[in-house]
Amino acid sequence: MKFPAFDYAAPDSLDEAVALLAAHGEDAMVLAGGQSLMPILAFRMAAPSLLVDLKKVPALDRIDIGAEGVTLGARSRWCDIERHAGLAAAHPLLAEATRHIAHYQIRNRGTVGGSLALADPAAELPGVAVACDALLTLAGPGGERHVAAAEFFLGPMTTAIAPDEILTAVHFPAWPENRRWAFQEFARRKGDFALAGVALHYDLDAQGRARDMRIGVIGASDRPHRLHAAEATMNGSAVDAATIAAAAAAASTEVSPMEDHHAPADYRRALVATLVERALQEAAS
Amino acid sequence: MKAAFEVNGESVEVDVEPRLSLADCLRDVLGLTGTHLGCEHGVCGACTVIVDGQAVRSCLTLAVQADGERITTVEGLSPEAGLSPLQAAFRKHHALQCGFCTPGMVTTAHALLSEEPDADADRVREVLSGNICRCTGYVPIVEAVLEARAAYRKMEGES
Ligand SMILES: Cc1cc2nc3c(=O)[nH]c(=O)nc-3n(C[C@H](O)[C@H](O)[C@H](O)COP(=O)(O)OP(=O)(O)OC[C@H]3O[C@@H](n4cnc5c(N)ncnc54)[C@H](O)[C@@H]3O)c2cc1C
Ligand code: FES
Ligand code: FES
Repeated sequence: MKFPAFDYAAPDSLDEAVALLAAHGEDAMVLAGGQSLMPILAFRMAAPSLLVDLKKVPALDRIDIGAEGVTLGARSRWCDIERHAGLAAAHPLLAEATRHIAHYQIRNRGTVGGSLALADPAAELPGVAVACDALLTLAGPGGERHVAAAEFFLGPMTTAIAPDEILTAVHFPAWPENRRWAFQEFARRKGDFALAGVALHYDLDAQGRARDMRIGVIGASDRPHRLHAAEATMNGSAVDAATIAAAAAAASTEVSPMEDHHAPADYRRALVATLVERALQEAAS
Repeated sequence: MKAAFEVNGESVEVDVEPRLSLADCLRDVLGLTGTHLGCEHGVCGACTVIVDGQAVRSCLTLAVQADGERITTVEGLSPEAGLSPLQAAFRKHHALQCGFCTPGMVTTAHALLSEEPDADADRVREVLSGNICRCTGYVPIVEAVLEARAAYRKMEGES
């Protein structure tokens, strides 16, 4: 369908963009890559009176790598991440997970900020953000505030962003050397949204036991979240066939999958167990 | 609202409603009907055009967002006479039947091979996964794109 009528503004600064949002309240929407927003408008699931395009706002496309970790500007695109020379070494889990996102043409436009702000329960980046304790930066009329990923995703397509706020960046804490990790998802076709996915990492103590196990899951509940029970079964234990089986069993009990035309809830629950198993095997090997 | 951009090497200025998609602008305002619209919500790839060297979905881009950009449509990939090497490869391998998906396949393949003339079969399949074809079964399209690589390598060598 054709888009509903709206006005369009492409402000030159973040302050101007925030001021436009503040002046229009819920009637205005931020436009980043448009790869989710335009389909939403085409389906007439939203009818904003104003689109505020971030394309001219400076510095939002930065990718910074330093001792404190990786910071992605909200307007950095999937293709920018894919082409970035240092990112795969600085944050292998982030680099691997983003390879699974969307198709070629969509990757040339879709952005980090758009994915986080959209909060699709099956999207890859929100799952990695939750698994890695990412910190999101929001700019509003009163200045900046920071929100932890665990507090940011409130439900399907619902986040902690206020109508007059713009997500400017997401920060991933530094990635220690020798960290074990894996990303596993199942999608019916490369580039499609996953039916479910798992992003995990942990470190090994001197005795070779797992510690700080973090397992994030997507596509299995109303939002991305950690699998705390599965993590607890692994922490302090060797990662072997027995503990992996226990973690997979625990994982399937702590998701609440939606039922849709792609897959019944039971299928998704079983899929999560399988993906946790595969991811732990991959990380340990 | 006014937007000025370049299409297939020609400067154009349009005065359009902000809600007009780039695809509709190309087709209905500029008369470039080579760009096809299948789904109008980003899943089929028929509307793919090249914006500043990158393949994008013109149904998910607003005409006003194209302000200042350089756009290439399938019309811009056709030589004055005869066929481009990519078009010739499509013809040779029967990579089209009804032809509806073809503009999107050709623009996507052109953007890919211009950047990655050595793309292997897996990469070509991955990139074309964003384009739906209801006729060919994809195999001839992949074969055509793989064959056209030689011409792009040659062009890269010459430039
Ligand atoms: C066919 C198809 C397949 C896809 N497959 C996948 C997939 O496998 N995995 C995946 O994760 N995604 C997928 N996507 C979605 C794609 O990755 C989107 O690009 C992304 O989710 C949204 O990014 P965007 O920049 O396009 O945001 P937009 O579409 O511009 O915006 C999305 C929402 O976020 C808001 N917003 C955007 N930026 C900001 C900001 N900085 N601050 C505040 N609010 C903001 C907008 O107002 C809007 O509500 C797919 C899309 C399509 C069309
Ligand atoms: S018409 Fe644009 S993707 Fe289908
Ligand atoms: S040739 Fe008919 S859809 Fe591809």
